[in-house]
Amino acid sequence: MAVVTLTIDDKPVSARAGESVLDAAKEAGIEIPTLCHLPGVSEAAACRLCLVQVEGRGRLQAACVTAAAEGMVVRTQTDTLREYRRMILELLFTEGNHVCAVCVANGNCELQTLAAELGMDHVRYPYLNPARPVDVTHKQYAIDHNRCILCTRCVRTCDEIEGAHTWDVAGRGTSSHVIADMGQPWGESVTCTSCGKCVQSCPTGALFRQGSTVAEMTKDREKLGDLVTARREKKWSV
Amino acid sequence: MKRIVIDPVTRIEGHAKISLFVGDDGRIADARFHVVEFRGFERFCVGRPFGEMPSLTARVCGICPVSHLLCSAKTGDGILGVRPPVAAVKLRRAMNLGQILQSHALSFFHLSSPDLLLGFDSAPAKRNVFGVIQAHPDLARAGIRLRQFGQDVIEKLGGRKIHPAWAVPGGVREAPGEQTCQELLAGIPEARATVRTALAFIKQYLDTHAEEVEVFGNHPSLYMALVRPTDHGWEHHDGVLRITDHTGRVVADDIDPADYRQHIAEQVEHDSYLKSPYYKPLGYPAGAYRVGPLARLNVCTAIDTPLADAELVEFRQRAGGVANSAFLYHLARAVEMLACTEWLERHLTDPEIRSTRHRAEAGVNNLEAVGCSEAPRGTLFHHYTVDEHGLLTSVNMIIATGQNNLPMNRTIAQIAQHYIRDTKAIPEGFLNRVEHGIRCYDPCLSCSTHAHGQMPLHVQLVGAGGEVIAEAKR
Repeated sequence: MAVVTLTIDDKPVSARAGESVLDAAKEAGIEIPTLCHLPGVSEAAACRLCLVQVEGRGRLQAACVTAAAEGMVVRTQTDTLREYRRMILELLFTEGNHVCAVCVANGNCELQTLAAELGMDHVRYPYLNPARPVDVTHKQYAIDHNRCILCTRCVRTCDEIEGAHTWDVAGRGTSSHVIADMGQPWGESVTCTSCGKCVQSCPTGALFRQGSTVAEMTKDREKLGDLVTARREKKWSV
Repeated sequence: MKRIVIDPVTRIEGHAKISLFVGDDGRIADARFHVVEFRGFERFCVGRPFGEMPSLTARVCGICPVSHLLCSAKTGDGILGVRPPVAAVKLRRAMNLGQILQSHALSFFHLSSPDLLLGFDSAPAKRNVFGVIQAHPDLARAGIRLRQFGQDVIEKLGGRKIHPAWAVPGGVREAPGEQTCQELLAGIPEARATVRTALAFIKQYLDTHAEEVEVFGNHPSLYMALVRPTDHGWEHHDGVLRITDHTGRVVADDIDPADYRQHIAEQVEHDSYLKSPYYKPLGYPAGAYRVGPLARLNVCTAIDTPLADAELVEFRQRAGGVANSAFLYHLARAVEMLACTEWLERHLTDPEIRSTRHRAEAGVNNLEAVGCSEAPRGTLFHHYTVDEHGLLTSVNMIIATGQNNLPMNRTIAQIAQHYIRDTKAIPEGFLNRVEHGIRCYDPCLSCSTHAHGQMPLHVQLVGAGGEVIAEAKR
């Protein structure tokens, strides 16, 4: 396997050729914040939180879709990046209706955790307060669009791991939203296998188990990556 | 007409002001209590899954979140169509006792005691809990620790002091271990000793302050509270509603809280966000009724614990039967605090509370449910309707404080008319007495303003000569 050597935050790092800067950094113990990346599924580069500075490239690069290259010099923690990341988080909070105190995922939410970690102590932009629906038609699970950040993890998980492709995105701009099948209530979806992988993949409280009460929704996201690894390495004999 | 405004009313929970209206004769003609904040939970909870409601409505208040949590969880039980396991019911009761205890301690020691210990006419700058700490450090410390004990009950059962997300439709999330119960039991003797000190103080105060008892909201009204269905004893979580009048006559009995709308209607006033519920058969405003500690002690037969029952007998002797003076709310709260320590001890030593079954699970089986429990300030109703998937389509909440609205207005008018004879020079202490009339009821205004109802509208088309050409009323 070809190996490349690069520098991330002044630290020499080696990576497999083609490996993303995000993964290379993680293996070297350097955490780059992200909300849409999920081990086991393809990258969407949707959240833009993993933006890094690469020497010689004028624009900021999303680490999840930037391949590590020989001699690359990457910075993940600069004032500019910290400011942009905070802005992105603030915009995510203003675009939806995120009320941590009464959310099923309170304490187990990646958006909340990142906001705390990145020091988002207030929001500088006006809240849009959109009127978004809650779909509780599925027998086991529910989706609250108010808490959706359009990371599309559920879309990719359903498509790439379960193979059902129940979820997709409809609409444009701030009207974008995930839909089940052709936009019918989730409970009426004919493709959904009720496997619940999308629920586990969701970084916020947008997807949750029916009947969950506040702060009760914990998620086991690592299981999804384990599934993919086990399948690839043929750990199960069928 | 001249108007004297007390704004804000201090040492209550929430924001309000009082208007005193001076008549042409220079005397107080009327008094109005205006609640100037609006919360709107009845509206913005619509569309949410009902399972979120216990924690959502708990956010109504930082003082009595448990009251909303439990009442909402009970309403959720109704939507699920389940009876929670025995352990869950007893655990919920234990938490409610902790809630009543801490809230009553707050009302007495933090909010009302400055008036009683330091005097209505003492310097306003010192007439607060810090002034009490300076003047009576031991009593103040004991009071703060008593409230802390009530908060500990909530924290040890629910995981946090304020806004625990513990009671859920169908039961409770977790049951405490043996050690937790023992830790709480260990705190009861000190709590009880403090309550007895408070009781002794209030009784002594009443002995020497007959004027306050006579003037602070001493007027007839109805009383409503939950009672045990079996013996009509003191109740705070389940049971049936009983309404009595100022002579102790039972006006309505064994009312299923689910039928509350047959007995209670809500009136909207133009000058306050606080609605005024009244007893329907008597109409508005004759159907004014009071809830809370005074009402609970007036309507119940007995408390069913030895110490509190002895105090209940004395309470009734002092009141001459039915307690009609709002000033006796202070004594009623102290009696209830004693009852809380006794009932808490009973629940925490109950083997049934240690059962591992404490949550019943089900789907949506009823599209409408009413939950009812006694908050520290009185009877609390939550009424939800949901769609077939459990999304709320309507929410109605009747809060204890609203039910005391009409009597509170009457109380402040009575106090103002008694003390304020010369409206040209009103001593500050007199206005403080008017405020204290409100404090007697320990209102929680942040809890109680959720929908303004239909706005009353009265339009007159008046001609040039002053004659009314057309008129429309809504």
